Amino acid sequence: MRRVFIPNRGEIAVRIVNACHSLGLECVVGASEPDMRSLAAHLADRTVCIGPGPASQSYLRDDLIVHAALSTRCDAIHPGYGFLSESPALADRAREHGLTFVGPPTKAMKLAGDKLAARDEAAKAGAPVLPGGQVANAQEARALAAHVGYPLLVKAAGGGGGRGIKRVHDEDELDGLLSLARSEAGAAFGDDRVYLEKLIESARHVEVQIAADDHGTVLHLGERDCSVQRRFQKVVEEAPAPDLAPHTRQRLRESAVSFAERIGYRNLGTAEFVIDAETGEPYFLEVNCRIQVEHPVTEAITYLDLVAMQLQIASGHRMQIGQDDVSFHGHAVECRLNAEDPAHGYRPSPGTLSLFALPEREGLRVDTHCQAGTAVPPYYDSLLAKLIGHGSDRQHAIDILIEALEDLDVDGVETNRTLLIGVMGHPDFRNGPVTTDWLERALR
Amino acid sequence: MGLTDDDVREILRIIDESEELGELSIETEGFSLYVSKGAASAEARSGGVQPTTPPERAPAPTATPAAQANPETNGLVDIPSPMLGTFYRAEAPGAAPFVEVGASVDAETTVCIIEVMKMMNSVPAGVSGTIAEIVPENGQLVEYGEPLFRVQPAG
Repeated sequence: MRRVFIPNRGEIAVRIVNACHSLGLECVVGASEPDMRSLAAHLADRTVCIGPGPASQSYLRDDLIVHAALSTRCDAIHPGYGFLSESPALADRAREHGLTFVGPPTKAMKLAGDKLAARDEAAKAGAPVLPGGQVANAQEARALAAHVGYPLLVKAAGGGGGRGIKRVHDEDELDGLLSLARSEAGAAFGDDRVYLEKLIESARHVEVQIAADDHGTVLHLGERDCSVQRRFQKVVEEAPAPDLAPHTRQRLRESAVSFAERIGYRNLGTAEFVIDAETGEPYFLEVNCRIQVEHPVTEAITYLDLVAMQLQIASGHRMQIGQDDVSFHGHAVECRLNAEDPAHGYRPSPGTLSLFALPEREGLRVDTHCQAGTAVPPYYDSLLAKLIGHGSDRQHAIDILIEALEDLDVDGVETNRTLLIGVMGHPDFRNGPVTTDWLERALR
Repeated sequence: MGLTDDDVREILRIIDESEELGELSIETEGFSLYVSKGAASAEARSGGVQPTTPPERAPAPTATPAAQANPETNGLVDIPSPMLGTFYRAEAPGAAPFVEVGASVDAETTVCIIEVMKMMNSVPAGVSGTIAEIVPENGQLVEYGEPLFRVQPAG
């Protein structure tokens, strides 16, 4: 691997450019027109304009991306997160043309993308899965629902990441929501298969980072707790997951590794679980085939560079560490600073940053593509920066972030800063793990 | 009907990710939403009953950069590349180029081909006039919006 094509934007494009340079690799950023003056475009060895602002005509076009990678003499593609990062079509197309795709084998990507198949494989690998299963019609659904119990979720096999989910409170709602879920899933994902799963009303979201090379080594890099969510979107993440029973932690790690081994997973990935806050029981949810937004909290406590690991594993290198070499140091918390307008339901607030100055302090890491003058286009997610506090313990990490958020200078767009400070200072959050419904309840 | 900004965003995302849906109009009491894919035109309105006619249609199904006067080239108009790809001046190797410097073109005249992963895309001039300059080399990668030709506009 010598030259990496990065068809992405925002802070993750900057992160990948820096990882490439740290390994002595050149990189070419494929940017949309409004991103041609971005920080990633500036830092890259070369930037090409792959299309106009709307992602459907730029970052979601695998033909343009592979053409641009080949024409700029790249030998690899690192897709980042979002966009086509988990697209088997891009991975196949890249590999057919001799490019290294920095991600798992296409077969593993397809399996992970089929949430129903992933659920079955996880169960076969010994991971705990929620009561439920596929239903083909209303009759089957009623029978299975009676067994699973209400409330429950109807989920699309092609969904994931919080998409394609319907909550069913009782039997009266089941028929209607089932047929709605099927038709929506068919339209949105081209796959109308749905399945039922028991709804854990009070749940934590905990995920395990896994890393697997081509030489048979599969490691876990510990867990992250991402329970602070709004409308299924993560807002705050941390590592390690606080207050997990040792046997639960062990169960999660072992499940994630055995699932990865079973499906022939390679490169970095994340196994997501819910944990029933009442019983402490964990259940497998899905596996993500990309670098996660929240990967820095794992980096902070393991001292590993996860993006560099992705590039090295994709190059065929053997991982230089074994499971016993993975150790955890202190506690890290990440806040996602978004351009959102709190006065209007946290809708995106695009614009141009007239001011963006970040504090510097010990234990604080900031991953961002923003500076004064940066345009925040309306086409993409509204993430401005990730602030990561790493301290000797959880309270220390939280205190670093409160100070950093208060000292941050940002103007020109609305942000969720006040929300983040509110979460960091809230006794519920400070006193221990919260559940995924906590933030929305606290906001009311 | 209580549609939030997040709901609108979710609708936009579903439309953005669907291959076939070009435009969408949803109307309920007190709410109307009209979305047209391609030209980044989306409107959501709520509160009070809105007129039932959708707002003006977006002009084109895909955002193609229009020919534009280039201030640095003395009245010449650029024909920008409508997409990233490989620039070919002729239909096939050895065939005569579509246009040479001095050729007269109108908006419909094919001036070149942009190839993307073996798919050949004909590019119309989009403007009437005389070709004054051919900017990229044959077979070169051109980026979205990069000038392909400079044209002395007619009239």
